[in-house]
Amino acid sequence: MARLYEYQSKLLLKEAGIRIPEGGVAFSPQEVRSIAEELGKPVVIKMQVWVTGRAGLGGIRFADTPQEAEAEATKILGMKVENYVVDRVIVEEKLSIKKEFFLGLVIDDASKSPLLVFSSIGGTGIEEIARHNPDKVGRYEVDVLKGLRDYEARNLVRKTGIIGKLILWLGDVLVKLYEVLKKYDARSAEINPLVLTEDNQIYAADCHMAVDDYAVFRHPELGIEVAREFDRPPTPLEKIAYKVEEKDYRGTFYFLQMKEDIADSDKTIGFNGAGGGGSMMSMDAVLNKGFELANYCDTSGNPAASKVYRAAKIILSQPNIKGYFASGSGVASQEQYHSARGLVKAFYEENLDIPAVIRLGGNFEEKAIEILSDCLNAVPGKVEGYGCDDSPEFCAQRMEELINENNVRSFKIRPLEKPVTPEKSYAFETFTGRIFIDHQKCADCSSKGCIQECQPRILKLKKGFPVLAISEEEAKKGKCTECLACEIFCKVNGRDAICIHLPIPGLKEYRDKILKK
Amino acid sequence: MSILVDEHSKVLVQGITGREGVVRTKLMTDYGTNVVAGVTPGKGGQEVHGIPVYDSVEEAAEKKGRIDISVIFVPAHLVKNSALEAMDAGVKLLVIVPDRVPIFDVLEIARFARQKQARFVGPNTLGLVSPGKAVLGMIGGRAERAREWFKQGPVGVSSRSGGMTSAISYYLTSAGLGQSTIVHVGGDAVIGLSHPEIMEMFEKDKQTRIVVMFGEIGTSQEERVADLIEQRKFTKPIVAYIGGKAAKSGTRFSHAGAIVEGSRGSYKTKVKRLRDAGVHVVDAVSDIPYKALEIYKLLGEQQ
Repeated sequence: MARLYEYQSKLLLKEAGIRIPEGGVAFSPQEVRSIAEELGKPVVIKMQVWVTGRAGLGGIRFADTPQEAEAEATKILGMKVENYVVDRVIVEEKLSIKKEFFLGLVIDDASKSPLLVFSSIGGTGIEEIARHNPDKVGRYEVDVLKGLRDYEARNLVRKTGIIGKLILWLGDVLVKLYEVLKKYDARSAEINPLVLTEDNQIYAADCHMAVDDYAVFRHPELGIEVAREFDRPPTPLEKIAYKVEEKDYRGTFYFLQMKEDIADSDKTIGFNGAGGGGSMMSMDAVLNKGFELANYCDTSGNPAASKVYRAAKIILSQPNIKGYFASGSGVASQEQYHSARGLVKAFYEENLDIPAVIRLGGNFEEKAIEILSDCLNAVPGKVEGYGCDDSPEFCAQRMEELINENNVRSFKIRPLEKPVTPEKSYAFETFTGRIFIDHQKCADCSSKGCIQECQPRILKLKKGFPVLAISEEEAKKGKCTECLACEIFCKVNGRDAICIHLPIPGLKEYRDKILKK
Repeated sequence: MSILVDEHSKVLVQGITGREGVVRTKLMTDYGTNVVAGVTPGKGGQEVHGIPVYDSVEEAAEKKGRIDISVIFVPAHLVKNSALEAMDAGVKLLVIVPDRVPIFDVLEIARFARQKQARFVGPNTLGLVSPGKAVLGMIGGRAERAREWFKQGPVGVSSRSGGMTSAISYYLTSAGLGQSTIVHVGGDAVIGLSHPEIMEMFEKDKQTRIVVMFGEIGTSQEERVADLIEQRKFTKPIVAYIGGKAAKSGTRFSHAGAIVEGSRGSYKTKVKRLRDAGVHVVDAVSDIPYKALEIYKLLGEQQ
């Protein structure tokens, strides 16, 4: 659920013809003052953060004059509330309220319908209100195929004890609200309170709306940066990770940072799950061992090796983790050696000196485990691979033992260097990167194993040198699956002639910033 | 017996010429699923692994007669119309594999299904398998693995996680317990057939003696299973595991459905409701096969 701010939600309501208080969003006390001046009447200033009970936190303040408004705004802007720092407020005309109502929409998984909830009593805690006044709260399952009809809306309102003209006015707001929610693929919404003013107008005095993550692509106009559910703003590392996911449809890469400042003494590990259920089960296993997670990450749905590589590089951008734990369901349908290769490339580049426990059960797990054990001899950290018959609990146990053997050493992140490639390399573009082959090093190679290792068979020998067997365009379009097999084979067998550059925009700057501290 | 699919079900693949469509059609036909046709608009006349491709579901039904099941492998934003097309052509069961289908699209599919008296599994499902009979979707990845991991037997499996569906079934097989039908109901917040609906089918299925359910935080599915048991509409023993014990409220962990909203859908409420209803909720996935075996042995003694 990509959440919208109150002021964003209100603009959508306004567009649909629902009345909202006059005003606007402000990012500084000066802006607050000028909006108040423009309005020329008493105002209310409300902090824009995703928490409930803002009034009790001092985040809703009233002012009669622009000077007062500016002064009140300084008290709100910069406030720290839960995980947020208030950087914006809404400034609006203060309404003279006669009566308050509640209006909400949820998607009900049992009836598989949008469910409208209307209460003729306003206030917080709708569940509580419904318990004490069941006759004042109405619910209505909307038929998505025909939409909400005006008489259906009026009946919903009528059943909560509303009489007279109000039935008509509120019914009208309900129909408009439903239309705007459907138009913007709202996952949930709440107008609380919906008010009747002294001059008999209906206003949406507050509004919170969240857009379905999977439908964000339909609404570029909303400018949603990270379409993910958070109880705080996304961290810089999460933004970097989200860009990776956004640009590569092959499989899932979900990244959630759980701890930003990790001390030397913390029992914190980097976590790389696979599959929703398998990840959660594995997370529970390490948490039960007393570990803390620096992050929660899920690479699944048959991701390219390059995607797993990027996930690992991002996980290994978190200083002071004590180990790397990867574990999925244990019996994955996807070919597991892709994930193994992604991890190998990342561990190699980072010269991993903390232990890693990698549980890669599923199709071709033997090969995946073999890749981990054969290709990482040059890396100081101990990397152990496990399969479907090894439980997450056992693997969590191994993680603990290996970390202790490693004297609970903290991982030190290193600057991200652009790979050095000889100018005269043979090179071509792939879907998300670039492959360089140093033919000078290939000259005396007898195995030419890169050709055999290449699963999609896109390499061939030309005069004894590996080159593309397909057009450059085909390689770029995805025929090269970025399985990383050629590079890893060449490195392990001592030639080191192949280098696959897979950029991660923003990661270099991110690490530099941390290293400066 | 088994539920939803067996070797006789006539199956159609929508999006059969796509990246996943081609590979998973091979899995299904190799395993023994009765795939009779594929659909990709504009590619009628082609063949995929010997299966004829048609331009529309209606055309496939004209040529092949009544189609029982359609397995959908089209990009997420095209899923809604593919599903409506299949139901309009008289298909009564859909398996919607793609991930990231917008929720309002799923609601429309659900409403239309209600009108057409059709059902669907997914979206975001690996599919289902009635061991030894048929596979739908991509579960198992390859036919030889699917045969090795899943064996016929008395346990019905219903799971909200794809990987865990395979994992649990494999662990049951290793413990000597085969499965009647294995269903990955899908990881999304709104899905077609959910745990309670699958339970009602397992209740009627003679082969199913015991059920294993992999639940997760979020949604009301597990609570509704508890309701069914309390109403005596489900009477067979269930072994359950609920994932996401440590998840924080308000934060989504991978699956769109796995989010706790307020007190609704929390780990604690689910476990309590299920235990009160007599479900054997285990604390570790690795306990599932042992618990299932223990209960199965008791069932044998009671007979």
